[in-house]
Amino acid sequence: MSYQGKKSIPHITSDRLLIKGGRIINDDQSFYADLYLEDGLIKQIGENLIVPGGVKTIEANGRMVIPGGIDVNTYLQKPFQGMTSVDDFYQGTKAALAGGTTMIIDHVLPEPGASLLTTFEKWHEAADTKSCCDYSLHVDITSWDDGIREELDMLVQDKGVNSFQVYMAYKDLYQMSDSQLYEAFTFLKGLGAVILVHAENGDLIAQEQKRILEMGITGPEGHALSRPEELEAEAAFRAITIASRINCPVYITKVMSKSAADIITLARKKGPLVFGEPIAASLGTDGTHYWSKNWAKAAAFVTSPPLSPDPTTPDYLNSLLACGDLQVTGSGHCPYSTAQKAVGKDNFTLIPEGVNGIEERMTVVWDKAVATGKMDENQFVAVTSTNAAKIFNLYPRKGRIAVGSDADVVIWDPDKVKTITAKSHKSAVEYNIFEGMECHGSPLVVISQGKIVFEDGNLHVNKGMGRFIPRKPFPEYLYQRVKIRNKVGALQGVSRGMYDGPVYDVPATPKYATPAPSAKSSPSKHQPPPIRNLHQSNFSLSGAQIDDNNPRRTGHRIVAPPGGRSNITSLG
Amino acid sequence: MAEERAPRARKPELPARSGSSGSGGSPRARHKFGGVFCSVQDAFENKTLTFSSPGLASGGGRRPPSSARASETPSSAPEAGPEGAGPCEPAPPPAAGLPPGQPQSDRLLIKGGKIVNDDQSFYADVYLEDGLIKQIGENLIVPGGIKIIDAYGLLVLPGGVDVHTRLQVSVMGMSSADDFHHGTKAALAGGTTMILDHVLPEPGVNLLTAYDQWREAADGKSCCDYSLHIDITRWHESLREELEALVKDKGVNSFQVFMAYKDKYQCTDGQMYEIFSIIRELGAIAQVHAENGDIIDEEQKRLLELGITGPEGHVLSHPEEVETEAVYRAITIAKQANCPLYVTKVMSKGAADTIAHARRKGTVVYGEPLAAGLGTDGSHYWSKNWAKAAAFVTSPPISPDPMTPDHLSSLLASGDLQAVGSAHCTFSTAQKAVGKDNFTLIPEGTNGIEERMTIVWEKCVASGKMDENDFVAVTSTNAAKIFNLYPRKGRVAVGSDADLVIWNPKAASVISAKSHHLNVEYNIFEGTECRGAPTVVISQGRIVLEDGNLFVTPGSGRFVPRKTFPDFVYKRIKARNRLAEIHGVPRGLYDGPVQDGIVSAKAAAPAPSSRITSCPGKISMPPIRNLHQSGFSLSGSQADDHIARRPAQKIMAPPGGRSNITSLS
Repeated sequence: MSYQGKKSIPHITSDRLLIKGGRIINDDQSFYADLYLEDGLIKQIGENLIVPGGVKTIEANGRMVIPGGIDVNTYLQKPFQGMTSVDDFYQGTKAALAGGTTMIIDHVLPEPGASLLTTFEKWHEAADTKSCCDYSLHVDITSWDDGIREELDMLVQDKGVNSFQVYMAYKDLYQMSDSQLYEAFTFLKGLGAVILVHAENGDLIAQEQKRILEMGITGPEGHALSRPEELEAEAAFRAITIASRINCPVYITKVMSKSAADIITLARKKGPLVFGEPIAASLGTDGTHYWSKNWAKAAAFVTSPPLSPDPTTPDYLNSLLACGDLQVTGSGHCPYSTAQKAVGKDNFTLIPEGVNGIEERMTVVWDKAVATGKMDENQFVAVTSTNAAKIFNLYPRKGRIAVGSDADVVIWDPDKVKTITAKSHKSAVEYNIFEGMECHGSPLVVISQGKIVFEDGNLHVNKGMGRFIPRKPFPEYLYQRVKIRNKVGALQGVSRGMYDGPVYDVPATPKYATPAPSAKSSPSKHQPPPIRNLHQSNFSLSGAQIDDNNPRRTGHRIVAPPGGRSNITSLG
Repeated sequence: MAEERAPRARKPELPARSGSSGSGGSPRARHKFGGVFCSVQDAFENKTLTFSSPGLASGGGRRPPSSARASETPSSAPEAGPEGAGPCEPAPPPAAGLPPGQPQSDRLLIKGGKIVNDDQSFYADVYLEDGLIKQIGENLIVPGGIKIIDAYGLLVLPGGVDVHTRLQVSVMGMSSADDFHHGTKAALAGGTTMILDHVLPEPGVNLLTAYDQWREAADGKSCCDYSLHIDITRWHESLREELEALVKDKGVNSFQVFMAYKDKYQCTDGQMYEIFSIIRELGAIAQVHAENGDIIDEEQKRLLELGITGPEGHVLSHPEEVETEAVYRAITIAKQANCPLYVTKVMSKGAADTIAHARRKGTVVYGEPLAAGLGTDGSHYWSKNWAKAAAFVTSPPISPDPMTPDHLSSLLASGDLQAVGSAHCTFSTAQKAVGKDNFTLIPEGTNGIEERMTIVWEKCVASGKMDENDFVAVTSTNAAKIFNLYPRKGRVAVGSDADLVIWNPKAASVISAKSHHLNVEYNIFEGTECRGAPTVVISQGRIVLEDGNLFVTPGSGRFVPRKTFPDFVYKRIKARNRLAEIHGVPRGLYDGPVQDGIVSAKAAAPAPSSRITSCPGKISMPPIRNLHQSGFSLSGSQADDHIARRPAQKIMAPPGGRSNITSLS
C-alpha cells in the first residue's frame, strides 16, 4: 500500500492511557469496562486491568465511551472559481476533533479533464502536512473518458482509495449522462469500489436557474427555488435504477429532502443495495433561512442539494436515520467566508456552495435523535461511525471499541448543554448555520491515535499528525451480497431452433442476407451466429437431423406459405 | 345516397382481395374475406326483410322477436363467416341489389337498449340522423320508414376511442402490416369508432410535412374518424413555430416525446423541459414514451455480448425499473414545467404505481395502459417458437410478471390509470424476422386495435373490477375528455356524434388469428376466451358492423380536429399557474466585502479600495432588479448619511466577522 509511514510527532500527551469507569458503547451493546490504550491502539478492555505503572488515567465516572466519529463527507480543499474554502485541512480537522470526530473522509475534486492521480497527490500532500486527525480520501469523477479507467484502477490498487463520487448535477461541468453513469458504475463495480452519487437533475436545474434569473430573482432564495426537492428525488431514483441494473451498491451523498430519503427507503425495501447519507445541516436546520432578509445569512446556507424549506424535514430525516433507512451521517463541510459567498451577490448561481458542520455533526445528531428519544446510544454510534467504517472498509479498525482497534475514542457527556455559535466555533467562517441552537450532548475528552487531543475545552493538536488511512476494495458489508446476487442473477437466453421462415428484405442492413428460401444451406446447417453457445442449444438438433434435410428441403422452398402459420419455424 | 352506398358496400373486398394475394394467395385469407364478402348480402337480406318488418308491424310485439334475436346473435356471430362462405361466394353481383335498402340507414332508431355513459345508465331509445344523435328518450317521434335496431337486453355505449395507434409507421423501410384501411376496419369490428394515430416523423423532418403525409394516407384509407398525435423525434430551433402552426391551424393538441431510442428519437431532460414549456403555453398535452434509453442501450450491448440474441433479450434489456425510472423523471420534469403529462404505454406495475403515487400528490398526469398489457403477459418472450416470441416485441415490453395484467386492471378500475389504448402497430412474421439474429432489430409493435374493448370487458368488467360505466369511461369518455373531443365523442347524448356500439355483455368468443381482421399471422391474445363483444357498431350514423359482418368504406373516416386547452386537463394547470408565481426576497443590497471573483467581472472590487464613492443606496443596481419591490434598500441608510458613515465602511473584513455583513437587518 502507500503512505503508511509517518513523520515523528512530538508527543504532546502520554502514549499510554487508562480510561477508568466508563460505559463503553458500541453499535451492538453497551457495557461498563476500563480501557487501556497503548501505541495508538486499544490494548485491553475489561475490569481490573493489569497496566504498567504511571500511566495517565482518565476517570470517566460512568460517562459514555464511544468510538470516535467518522465524518464521511468533507470538502476541506474544494476549489471554486479560484477560491478555496476557508477551512483547510488544519482548520477543518481541528474543528472535527473538537466535535468528537476523529476521522474524516475528504473528497478529492479534480478539475474536469485533470488527471485524477495528480489531483489525488495534491490533496494527499496538503492533508499530510496539515491534517490533525486520521483521514482518507474519496475521489470525485468529474468527467468520464477512456483514459480514466487506468487511473481508477491505479487509485484502487495502489493508492488505497475505494470510493468514487459521480455527479448528476452541475450541467456542463461535472455532470455525467446516464450512459456514462452506467459505464462508470459497471467499471467501478468491477474494481470493488463504493459508488457515491451526488443526486440532482442538472439539466432541470440549469433550466430553472435560467428561468428564475429571468424573473429577476437573484438572491439566495433563488438557489432553493431552482433546486426543488423533486429534482433530488428524481436523480436519486435514477441512480438507484441504474445501480440496480448493474447490481452494484450505490451510496447517495447528502440526502437533504424527505422525498429523496423516501426513495432510498423504498428502494431498500425492494432489494437494491442503497445507502443514504444525511448531513448535519439537513438534520439540524432547514431551508427557511434562504428567505432571510440578511443576505449574508441566507448565503451561508447555500449548498447543493439545498436545505429543504420544509421545516419538518430534519425531524423526518432523523426518524429514518433512527430506524436504519438512512445509515451514515456526514457534514458536507465546505464553508466559504461571507466575502467569498458575496461573489454571487447579484446572481445566486455564482455563490460558492457549502455549509459548515464538521464540528457540530455529532452534537446535532445526539440532540435531534438521541435526546429526543428517536434512537438509542448504540444506534448513535452506528450512524456516526460504525456504519461508515463498514461501508468504506475501515471496520473494525475504526468505528468500534475493541481490542486491536485504533485508539480513537471519545468520552461523551450526554447532559452537557451548549449553544452553538459562530463566536466559539473552531471554523474560520463568520456564520454558523446552526447559530443559536441549544444542544444536549457533547464530547468531554477526545482521544485520537491514543493521545488526548481535546480536554476541558482545550485542543492539543499538531499540524500534520493525521495519518492517511488506505482502504481496500470490495468491502464485505456491501460486496458479499453483490457477489451472491451476481451468481444467482446470471442471464440465460432461450435455446430455440433457428428461425427459418421468410425474412423481410431490408435494404439498409447489409448483414442480413437475402430471405431464407433462396439461401442454399439447409436449416440445420444454418450457421449459428458466432456468439451462440452450442452447449446450451441442445434443442437445435432434436427435431431435424443432419440427414433429413434432403427430403425436407423442398418444403422449405415455399416462400411465405399463405396460411402464415406453417412457415414459422421447424421447431415447437 | 344510394349511389354512394353501393360502391361502398363493394369496395371493401377489392383491396382485401389484392392484399391477400399479395401475401401469397393463402386459402385462409380468402376464406376470411370470403366470409366478409358473402355476409354482405346476407346482412342486408336480414335487415331489409326479416328484421325491420316486425319492428314496423306492431309496437307491443317488438320485444319477443328481438329477444330471440339477441340470444341468437352471439352464437351465430362467430360462425357466420365460415358457414356463410360456401353458399354466398359464388354470387357477388347481388351486392348491386343493395341500394334499395340503403337510404334508410342514414336514419336509425335504436330501441330498447340500456344506454351506458360514464356517469349513469338508463333505458331509452336513441334516434340518429345525419351522423348525429338527435333524440334520446322513450316514445320518440321519428319519421316513418326508418331502420330500427332492436337492442333489447343489450348495452348502448359510446363508440370506443383508441388513443394510441400507429398504422402508418415505417421501420427500416418496412411499413406496418396494418395500414389505415385494415387497421380501422379491425377497429370498427372491435367496437372502436375513433382512433388517435401517432405521426412519427423521421428525425429532422419538418413536423408539418409529416403531418400532411399522414393526413393524406388516412384521408384516403381510414374507415372511421381519426385524429392525430405528433411525435417530436428531434429537438430543433424552429420547433416552437412548427408546434404553434400545428396547434393553431391543424387541429393537433397532443405531442409525444421519447425518452428512449438513444441517438434516434431520445430527448435530453433539458430538451424535454423546453418542449413541455412550449406545450404548456400552447395548451396542448405532453405525451411521453417513458423508458430510459441510455440504460437500455447499455443493456442491449451487454446482452448481445452474452450471446442472447432472441426476443427474450428484448425484455431483459428493457427491465421494468427502466420504465419506472423514466416515468418518475417525466413526472418530475412535467411538474417543474407545470405541464400536463400523459404517459403512453404503461406496461409495468412499477410505472403504474409511480403514476398513481404522483396523482395522489396532485400532479396532473394520466396513464394509458394497453390492451396488450391488460390482456397478456411477457412470459411468451421465452417461447421456443421464435415467431411467437417475436410477435410480442414492443416497447416498453409486456411485463414478464404474470400478476401485471391484474394489477394494471385494478388501477384502471380505481381511476389511477385513465384511458386504454392499443398501440396497434403490427409487423408480419417475415418483417419481424429481420431481427432473427439480433433482437434489437426486431420491429416493435403488437396488435390490439380490434381486441381492446373486449379485453377490457373481459379483464375488468366480467371479473367484477369495474362496472359498465367505468368501462365506458376508460374506453372512450376519459380519452375524449383528455384530448378535447368531449362531448362530441365519448358520450351518448343529444348532439354527440352518432358513434355507438351495441354491446352484448354475454357474447363469448375466442380471439384467434384465424378470425381476426388483421393482416398479421400472429395474434398476441391467441386463444383468450372473452365475454362481451359488439353486436352492432354504428359509425357516423351508419351501421358498419352487424351480425359479424363489416360494411366499411376506406376513406369514409373524417379527420377530427382538436382544440387546445382541454378543460379536463387545463383547468387545474391554469389555477396552479396563477398560484405558483414565485417572488424574490426584497432585501437590502449586500455591501460587505466581496472576494475578488476571478470569473465574475460584474462583482466589483472590495469596498474599501474602490474609488467609487457612491453611497450604499445608490450602489449599482443590477439591471434586472425591480425597484418597486426593493422598498427596503433605503430604509436604513439615507442618501445624505453616507458621508458620515464612510470611514466605518473602510474596515475590510473586521475580524469579529459579524459587523461587516450588511448595513441592514
